[in-house]
This record gives sequence, structure tokens and C-alpha cells, in this order.
Amino acid sequence: MASLVSDTEPPTYLNSTPTDLVRRKKRQSASSAAASSRRNNAASATAGDGDSHAPWRSEKQQRSYSANLIQALQQVRLSSYAAETPYPTAQKRGKAFREAADRALAVSARGRTLWSRAILFNRFKLKFRKQKRPRPAAIPAVITRGSSSSSSGRGTKKRRVTVVKLNKKSIPTVNRKVRVLGRLVPGCKKESVPVILEEATDYIQALEMQVRAMKSLAELLSGSGSGSGSGSGSGSAPPPI
Amino acid sequence: MSSRRSRSSRQTGASMISEDQIDDLVLQLHRLLPELGNNNRRSGKVSASKVLQETCTYIRNLNKEVDDLSERLSQLLESTDSAQAALIRSLLM
Repeated sequence: MASLVSDTEPPTYLNSTPTDLVRRKKRQSASSAAASSRRNNAASATAGDGDSHAPWRSEKQQRSYSANLIQALQQVRLSSYAAETPYPTAQKRGKAFREAADRALAVSARGRTLWSRAILFNRFKLKFRKQKRPRPAAIPAVITRGSSSSSSGRGTKKRRVTVVKLNKKSIPTVNRKVRVLGRLVPGCKKESVPVILEEATDYIQALEMQVRAMKSLAELLSGSGSGSGSGSGSGSAPPPI
Repeated sequence: MSSRRSRSSRQTGASMISEDQIDDLVLQLHRLLPELGNNNRRSGKVSASKVLQETCTYIRNLNKEVDDLSERLSQLLESTDSAQAALIRSLLM
């Protein structure tokens, strides 16, 4: 597990089918990165805030997320076996699954964003009071608060798009919509407008990554599951790593 | 970047949020959104409320996708035999 999240280059130690998963992720991330790199380059060329979007698309992040995700899924599976002998309903299983996936996602966020902390603490039902700490020092994954999250960059000099001026009449409308948005993003119901907007950008990227990861996982499972279980090189014992 | 952020967050503490700041954030959000025939992107003007509306829709869609995928995945995981579980476990190590 440690090797998965290490800084090494594309892992060569994985055997064929898991490598396919990583390759698929890399292909997907490459294609999506190609699409987004154009946008990111437009911003990062001048202001360097492309880095703010890159973390969710980096290989390392994806790998760490996938490792966390699979672990969480395994736990869900085991717990569902252990807890209830008749299988829980499909919806409950799906929900437990989603919660585990969200937890894995939130852990991958390294505790720098509000929504990730909200997810983790809501799941574990802890009471957490907001403390303004200047900088996250060592990060035990959840218990830090950076009051300035690094996602938003202010200095895009070459801006091809500008926002229509907010006149007096439209501010309440915008406020209302921002409130709605705040309800959608976990943990941001009572935040101020810029905070909600920042959290929303991060949350969207995280969700996109989650969707990509789960899609490739589902492909992998259904691809090798629909064929014979021992076909396609997946059934035999994996070569030693 | 962070210095500007801290200066503006001090303002935020006093609930004096500059419109420029909001504009920047809205722009960032807009860049993230999938461009579904979004012709305004090149024309240089973007309406904040429209961006927010699309963002809400997009987040809802993403959430729904994740729910569907997770349900499908949970079914798949339930129905797989131990060979697949070994495969998945091998991904971890």
C-alpha cells in the first residue's frame, strides 16, 4: 500500500490486469488532463494557479485515492457479510458503498478542505468546532484547518471571459444561488460566499475524480466478471510483487 | 497569492467581500464546468447566476452518477467470487 502512494513513476510491479486498471486510469486522466490542460495552461501560464487544479488530476492523487477506495470497499463488503446474514437491500448496500467511497475521497483531500472534513466528521458523528489555525503543519489527514485554502488564484492576467457586473438587483439572486450551492456541497451550509465558491470548485474536481475511478473499477470488475472468472488472466494467482 | 487571500479573508471577517473576488471565483467555477454548447465562453461575458445554476446542476449530476456507480459496484463486488477479491487485494500491495 505504501508503494502505491509513493512518488515512484508508473508502477511496473503490478501484474497485467491491475496494470490495466492503472493504465486505464492514466489514459482517462491523460485524456481528461489533455482537455483540462488547455484550460489550465491558459491560467497557469500567467498566474501559476493551474497547480490548484492539478492536485486532483495528478497520478499520485489518483493512485492514493484508488488505494483508499478499494480498501474502504473491502471493508464495506466484509462488514456487510459480518453484520447481517441476509443480504442488506441493494439500496442500503449502495449507500454504504457511497459513504465508504466518499470517506476515501475525503481522506485523499488531506483535510485541507471544508467538505472533506465535514464528510469525515459527519460519518463518525464527532462534534468538531472550527478552530482557526494559521497553517496546517503536520497533517494527520483530518485535524487541520488551513484558513486559506490554496485553490483560488486571484491573478489571471489574461482573462478571456469576464463576469457580468453584479448590479444591485442581481446580488440577492446570486446570493440565493450561492446558498443553494452551499447546501449541495457538504459542510458549507453556513459559510460565506467566497468560501462556498472555493469549496465548490474543489468538490467538483474531487467528484469528477471519484466518478472516473469508479467507472474504471466497474469496467474492470464487469469486464473480467462477465467472462469466465479464471479467464483473461485474472484468476490465476498474481505473480509475486 | 496567499497574501492576497489573507488580506481578503480579513475583509471577509468583516463581511466586506469585494466583488472582484467573487468574480474571480465564479470564473474559476465556470472553467470547471463542462462546456455544453457554452458559446459565451469565448465571447467574454459570463453571467454569475447562470454559472451558479449550471454548477448546482452539475454537482447534482455528479452526485447522481456516483450513486449509480456505487450501487452498481456494490452489486458487482457482492457477486464476484474470491478470485476477483484476490485480484482487488493485489491492487493494494
